[in-house]
Amino acid sequence: MPSAGENFFGLIGRKGHSFRMNLNFASRLVNDTFYWSFISPFKGKAIRVRASISEMVKVGYNSVPIVAVISLFVGIILALQAAYQLKKVGALIYVADLVGVSLTRELAPILTAIIVAGRSGSAFAAEIGSMKAAEEVDALVTMGINPIRFLVVPKLIALMIMLPALTLFADFIGILGGFLLSVTELGIHPYNYFQQTVSALVMTDVVTGLVKALAFSIVITIVGAYEGFKVEGGAEEVGRRTTASVVASIFLVIVFDLFFTTLFYFFS
Amino acid sequence: MDAAIEIKGLVTHYGDREVLKNISFSVPKGKTTVILGGSGCGKSTLLKHMIGLLKPTRGSIFIHGSDIAGMDDKMLDEMRKKMGVLFQGAALLNSMTLADNVALPMREHTKLEEATMQIMVRMKLELVGLSGFEDYFPSQLSGGMKKRAGIARAMALDPEFLFFDEPSAGLDPVTAAGLDELIRKLNKAFKMTIVVVTHELPSIYQISDYIVMLDYGEVLFTGTLDELKASDNERIKMFLERRPEQQIYSPEDYFKIIAGD
Repeated sequence: MPSAGENFFGLIGRKGHSFRMNLNFASRLVNDTFYWSFISPFKGKAIRVRASISEMVKVGYNSVPIVAVISLFVGIILALQAAYQLKKVGALIYVADLVGVSLTRELAPILTAIIVAGRSGSAFAAEIGSMKAAEEVDALVTMGINPIRFLVVPKLIALMIMLPALTLFADFIGILGGFLLSVTELGIHPYNYFQQTVSALVMTDVVTGLVKALAFSIVITIVGAYEGFKVEGGAEEVGRRTTASVVASIFLVIVFDLFFTTLFYFFS
Repeated sequence: MDAAIEIKGLVTHYGDREVLKNISFSVPKGKTTVILGGSGCGKSTLLKHMIGLLKPTRGSIFIHGSDIAGMDDKMLDEMRKKMGVLFQGAALLNSMTLADNVALPMREHTKLEEATMQIMVRMKLELVGLSGFEDYFPSQLSGGMKKRAGIARAMALDPEFLFFDEPSAGLDPVTAAGLDELIRKLNKAFKMTIVVVTHELPSIYQISDYIVMLDYGEVLFTGTLDELKASDNERIKMFLERRPEQQIYSPEDYFKIIAGD
């Protein structure tokens, strides 16, 4: 019978070991994904273009309605909240600045990323996880096909293109939402609102948003793939891992958002 | 005997548990070798080592004289082009049609023209009795058909070795017998080296040229079917006569078990 002390250190050892193994697995996944996405195409192993396009349809095109509705509403909400404060100081026209800047720099990238994490990150984990459970991943390996190149790379390419595109789309729709509310409810002249938005926004605002979106796309893909490949058992674990992938990717998206926002704050 | 695969001193662990304990045997070339044993004896694990999915703790697996246990991924991928594997659930990719599933290894590893590939796909599907099902998705097929399609895919690159993991698992006797006949036919027609992992007695009687029997992670028997039947080893007899394992406890042992200590 081991003593309490032995048990305690045994516990630390086991936890530490499994943490180290997970970290090792994650870093190998990141490494392999980047290798097969950006280095091996120059060595004659092409990316699966058709699969990437079909992923783009799934993660990008199919998310357009939900992203449109949510960013329209957020644009309206922002305008209302801004008006509530700015009305007191008689600076109602600055609603345009607030809506434009906060959407492009912050809200459009993060809301789009959260929607896509919920829709596609979970789908990645579920797809790869159920393939793992059905030995399909093993079958790919025995056919001499690298599962990361076959499964993860098309998803990464698709998200790296579609998430910034969706973010740009959310920028427009969100500003449109603010515009619609301002010209109807707040009585701002459409031309004035337009002028105010254009003068308030600088290119950096939009670009920082897109840089964030690019980073988020990598986070969502890697987390989805990580949870998917971690599946060892059956259907029940696929469900658990899918949920875990949504929680983890939303958490990491916010962590990376904090990182980039701090970075842009100090270097612009 | 001309050995195609030679396994020497294979030891492997799942965590702390030793699953395969110093296994050595060879698989004859051009024959159908059946690896049999009860559930949990390590036969599926052994198969996973032979196709390079798992790395052993110790020991070597020689295929054509080169040790796949010590190979890197690139060399292993070359070796894998010579192998076809049928997994227990067939493991077809559900997002693709049968034709695309069978064409997949060709698309990845050859530079054949699309038209040539289509002809080869039809040939492979004809071979397993599935012509006309090119545009079906795996989810539209029965269990037996999926396995046949899995064999067609395993045969796509005309491998030298075919590995089967429990081919008759989950199939009715008629379908299972059909599959056994197909395995026999492939062995006779193409002179392939076939390794089948199974515990189904009827399959063993029908397809085996050579038998390796595992028991608790050790090799219990190697030889032909007749030698297996003639064996007077108690464990082998139990297996062939389908006798249940008797667990006889003394009253003290039983008390210990229920008391949990």
